[in-house]
Amino acid sequence: MSKTISEKILSRASGRDVYAGDIIVASIDAAMMHDGMAQLVINAFKEMGGKNLWDAERVAVVIDHVAPSAYESFSKVHKMMREFAFKHNARFYEVGSGVCHQLMIESGLVFPGGLVVGSDSHTCTYGALGVFATGIGSTEMAAVFLSGKLWFKVPETIKVTVEGELQPMVFPKDIILKIVGTVKADGATYKAVEFGGSVIKSMNVEGRLTITNMAVEMGAKTGIIEPDSKTYAFLKALGHEEKRGFVSDEDADFCESLRFDVSDLEPQIACPHAVDNVKSVKEVEGKEINQVFIGSCTNGRLYDLRVAAEILRDRHVKKGVRVIVIPASRRVFLEALKEGLIKVFLDSGCVICNPGCGPCAGGHQGILAPGEICVSTSNRNFKARMGSSEAEIYLVSPATAAASAISGEITDPRRFLKEG
Amino acid sequence: MLGRGRAWKFGDDINTDYIIAGKYKLSITDIDELSKHAMEAIMPEFSAKVKKGDFIVAGRNFGCGSSREQAPLVLKHLGIAAIIAQSFARIFYRNAINIGLPVAECRDAADIRQGDMLEVDLQKGYVKNLTQGKIYKVKPLPSELWAILSEGGLVNYVKKYGKLPWQ
Repeated sequence: MSKTISEKILSRASGRDVYAGDIIVASIDAAMMHDGMAQLVINAFKEMGGKNLWDAERVAVVIDHVAPSAYESFSKVHKMMREFAFKHNARFYEVGSGVCHQLMIESGLVFPGGLVVGSDSHTCTYGALGVFATGIGSTEMAAVFLSGKLWFKVPETIKVTVEGELQPMVFPKDIILKIVGTVKADGATYKAVEFGGSVIKSMNVEGRLTITNMAVEMGAKTGIIEPDSKTYAFLKALGHEEKRGFVSDEDADFCESLRFDVSDLEPQIACPHAVDNVKSVKEVEGKEINQVFIGSCTNGRLYDLRVAAEILRDRHVKKGVRVIVIPASRRVFLEALKEGLIKVFLDSGCVICNPGCGPCAGGHQGILAPGEICVSTSNRNFKARMGSSEAEIYLVSPATAAASAISGEITDPRRFLKEG
Repeated sequence: MLGRGRAWKFGDDINTDYIIAGKYKLSITDIDELSKHAMEAIMPEFSAKVKKGDFIVAGRNFGCGSSREQAPLVLKHLGIAAIIAQSFARIFYRNAINIGLPVAECRDAADIRQGDMLEVDLQKGYVKNLTQGKIYKVKPLPSELWAILSEGGLVNYVKKYGKLPWQ
């Protein structure tokens, strides 16, 4: 019987033929925990009598949510994480290494056809590499640390086909915002979302990672894209040996098929306080802003920084607006430095913070005051997420973020299109 | 039976930042302190007024957003006996069961009003609305999950049986 990518991966990982709806126990290829959850994971691991990790080489421990620590409480959590990681010989990523998801992508632990879990809902990001990757809680993470196994319900798959020709200043972020705004916050609950079509095929891997990153904003268990020559070249450039993944059979059983023609798509924006409250940037243009955040596991990669820097080059951010730029990893930071992008950001008046989550989850590095408005390239705009419950967060592409930084108000980046 | 308690009524898409905001989750590690901020952005009086044995009643997609297990933990810590919603986000649903907080899908959750007195029995599969004199069915929990929940969560299960349910 024909299968989707997800069914193929979960069949491999469970050692039998499985299909949507089956409850399975599967072997995990890699597991990641970060400082937002580590205390609960480590405590649960100890309480369950955990002595050793099932496979230390496959476990990543990342400090990224409050990094460097802004509170003594979290300094204690970080200390506990270091002790745990060193004792068990897990892969440990110190303060400043980057956002956990970017680090996992760069690590070699994530490969096409793999099954990966993380103590973070945006673990679904890795699906852009043809991985079945999903977020789990801390008690389950402790169970994975113990056993290397976890139960899953094999999800049905929604096929999302993206066709057309993107207009200038319209980016992968605009596409996924449009999709989330259409499918809505619970439209894909318990399901895998497989993205395909000519636009996804021609998109670079960094853009694809932006797309799958936000699958969970529709409730999806994972977002996934079939691996192709671009995927393999991307991983090869990171120095990893090639592992071939799976593609869905042509007659695989999709529970739903959605098509998006993005030829007329304009820059999109998710308005407060829900990710699925999506409009075109044009509709909210002119709203004064206080903070801009360019970074996160959604849009903190080199491609994103290039787009933002191109707009900010030889321009200055508006007085009264602070613009926080955070490369997603040390590798990204170094590449941006080499390309001169960091200088562009500094010259234009941006502040650069160390690689990590930044203000996205409200831990530090840009907490909002009551009444403030933030334009962010991250993935969530829930009330109180980034500070005050009386603040507002608007989610946009790096281009819209950069354009808004210069104007001091929400701005359609097409206003900065070069002549000719 | 989970007993009787008041309903605390919430709407659709109650995300984990509403349940416990990142700014608290990423600065407070003490559960007593953390719990004081539960639902703060949308119902500031909740944590002070909720009583042991009360129920949360919500619409669709309860617990959407992050994988933070602190979300079900603070609700359990405040004494919530169960969450009854039209539907749940998947990570929250698993997390709740793994920490021993009962969750139940109920199509009629919208009919329940703030402050209604409820009697809930998940094993028998009903919610009795004592205030309105009505009875609603809840979707039965799969037996694999009931096994974890009835032991008070995954850690307790492992302590009792010396292995994971799926080992």
